[in-house]
Amino acid sequence: MKAFAALLERLAFTAARNAKLQLLQHYLEATPDPDRGWALAALTGDLELRRVTPSLLRGLAAERIDDQLLALSYDFVGDLAETIALIWPEGAQDDPPLSQAVELLQTTGKAALPGAIAAMLDRLGPSERLAFLKLATGNLRVGLSARMARMALAGMGTPAVADLEEIWHGLSPPYAPLFGWIGGGARPESAALAPFRPVMLSTPTDLDELRALDPAAYVAEWKWDGIRVQAVSDGGVKRLYSRTGEDISHAFPDVVDAMDFDGTADGELIVRRQGEVAPFGDLQKRLNRKSVGKGLLASHPAGLRLYDLLIWEGRDLRPLPLVERRAVLEAVGFGERIDVSPRLDFAGWDDLAALRADPPAAVIEGVMIKRRDSAYVSGRPRGPWFKWKRDPMVVDAVLIYAQRGHGKRSGFHSDFTFGLWAGDELVPVGKAYFGFTDAELRELDKFVRANTTERFGPVRALAPKLVVEVAFEGLNRSTRHKSGVAMRFPRISRIRWDKPAAEADRLETLEAML
Amino acid sequence: MRADQILFPTDAGLYCPKGGFHIDPVRPVERALITHGHSDHARYGHGAVMATQQTLEIMRLRMGTDHAGSEQVADGRMRIGDVDVSFHPAGHVLGSAQIAVTAGGCRIVVSGDYTRAANPTCVPFEPVPCDVFVTEATFGLPVFRFPDPATQVAKLIASMAEFPDRPHLIGAYALGKAQHVISLMREAGYDAPIAIHGALKVLCDYYAAQGVELGELIPATADEVPAQLVIAPPSAFASLWVQRFRDPVIGFASGWMAVRARARQRGVELPLIISDHVDWPMLTGTLTELAPSEVWVTHGTEDGVIRWCELAQIPARPLRLVGYEDEAEE
Repeated sequence: MKAFAALLERLAFTAARNAKLQLLQHYLEATPDPDRGWALAALTGDLELRRVTPSLLRGLAAERIDDQLLALSYDFVGDLAETIALIWPEGAQDDPPLSQAVELLQTTGKAALPGAIAAMLDRLGPSERLAFLKLATGNLRVGLSARMARMALAGMGTPAVADLEEIWHGLSPPYAPLFGWIGGGARPESAALAPFRPVMLSTPTDLDELRALDPAAYVAEWKWDGIRVQAVSDGGVKRLYSRTGEDISHAFPDVVDAMDFDGTADGELIVRRQGEVAPFGDLQKRLNRKSVGKGLLASHPAGLRLYDLLIWEGRDLRPLPLVERRAVLEAVGFGERIDVSPRLDFAGWDDLAALRADPPAAVIEGVMIKRRDSAYVSGRPRGPWFKWKRDPMVVDAVLIYAQRGHGKRSGFHSDFTFGLWAGDELVPVGKAYFGFTDAELRELDKFVRANTTERFGPVRALAPKLVVEVAFEGLNRSTRHKSGVAMRFPRISRIRWDKPAAEADRLETLEAML
Repeated sequence: MRADQILFPTDAGLYCPKGGFHIDPVRPVERALITHGHSDHARYGHGAVMATQQTLEIMRLRMGTDHAGSEQVADGRMRIGDVDVSFHPAGHVLGSAQIAVTAGGCRIVVSGDYTRAANPTCVPFEPVPCDVFVTEATFGLPVFRFPDPATQVAKLIASMAEFPDRPHLIGAYALGKAQHVISLMREAGYDAPIAIHGALKVLCDYYAAQGVELGELIPATADEVPAQLVIAPPSAFASLWVQRFRDPVIGFASGWMAVRARARQRGVELPLIISDHVDWPMLTGTLTELAPSEVWVTHGTEDGVIRWCELAQIPARPLRLVGYEDEAEE
């Protein structure tokens, strides 16, 4: 429990992804089974435990601590579990294994639970009490995805992230066979149906690079502005995975229902109305939901636009050339929610450039170019698949706020809020924290320090002087932003030291791009 | 004689009319008695100042030799006006003292800031029997139960081993906390050079001259600082100075680090719970031990201490002094 509590505390205060990975990996290396497996499941949210309610905790605390002192303390600390962890009378400072705490929370009946929790708290020191209570309230909040967990595991031994992704959904905590494999033992045989298969990714390209290649060796299709998914239907089990292997089926029952096939398909998840693919913003309304209501299912119907098959009716097509996989795909009738992304007709790169410059729908964000003979392999090999995105949209905006960064950017103002003119006022339209070089970061920081008008903790308001060119991939209407629009992937593409702030773009210019 | 006629709060601070002096006044007064050298207790511009030898020396180092019209070293039992005054160690920082004021058979002890925890850099707190004990309440809630500081430096040492390529920048106030952290590291067997921010040099030199073992300290001013551990005042983290460090782990040594929301507010990656104040068990333990007939509570979370006194059936009241900071910001 002490090691787990120490890990949780470090993770809670560590923002940098690499540092988080390192902390987790070292913990997993140093901790025996089954504790490390339980810890992993707890951190990634895959641990099913009895949820302890705040009122139960309040009741426990009230038996030991004066009401007024408890209330004053809670006001000060602001978090009930933390207040109780800190205020609980000092006990034995014992170090029971995490598995004991997990077992307690898995198996104790409702009537016995308060007593069991109190007895556990009596055994622990303050950090361990907090870790235990966070586990019990299901509220670890350390920002660790299953993907990051797999990266930490891949750092420990031979299996790569892709190998882990493939067996991940057949595993359950505390993952003894998985750790056995990482330690040099046998690969666990995943018995689960509808497993995720590692995805093949493309690399960005441009016309100069393409000119050196023979266009006859490639096929092309539109790049749809949805999200990449893997649709798996296997022996009656249907799952929809994101490209990092997260199971997102629960948010898309309409799509899952329509998956009447037996195989593993690769494609784009989109919202589609009357055959037209809707803007990304519509799809976004459907993402990150635990469940989805009837109204949203009707107003934002989701579907798939497929472009590849990995496995079809029991046969692994991945070693076959792309054109053969496409031939199988194009021969299938999927029904109305699922269709196939059409191939583009082009003779040379200039033809394709012309198509890319004038796509038939706004929701197309460029073209995909794939070698005819490419096998389906995991990862991002350079050569077989390219993405040739449309040029980003740009506006010239004025920097209005800056915030200090962390880690490698400690001491530098690296997070910028920028605005556009509406009348004679600057309205914030977005935030950017990359796109500039290290040398430019120094220049920007110097500008911020010399032009601060007001300070709010780590944030500084700036004199409206500096214009930056902001590049972004798309634009959605947003009720959460004062400007009414939200940019996708905004970054600072150029610093316009030369341009007077009064000549920056107006909000109307941005609205016209919608 | 009634205690609240001997000492009472005014806008300038605690005032003793029979002795004609203020204790730790927050604005310039004719005659000031100073408990310790933190800048919210020891201010510039008093007519006459009485304090311990070390506190006077610290005041001169920080504010210049002209900080007051005259200085007097507190020594033994002294008569000031119609009251008796004596200074007793408070265990907070070098030179820190409690001030006992006695008149008409009633003794009031003003503890200033104090701690009961062992601190290798200063003389421990001396319990002084009294009728009225005036306590701080910086950490006056039962959630504050500070761990053994050895566990906190162990955390720092473990992090330095976990991230050997990242410099560890620990925020610590210039008077007391910085030297406390350094000497805890030395006690833990860390003997590599420790880099210090320029603002810490004068006081670190003074502590070393007073016999506190700080080991080898090097300046953290060059472009490349050849030390993995760097101690700096917290304000330095917002300055250009910090830009010379590549991917630093930023830590902060303070009692406030016991509460996560406080640590997050600071943007700290490595919170170290190291304090020079009493925590709840030490505070309530001191009140139990001294068993004064009345407790006055100065700055901090008075409500918690007053409630505890109520449960312990000790009369208590808040003094509501203004001008003292949570934990002496330098």
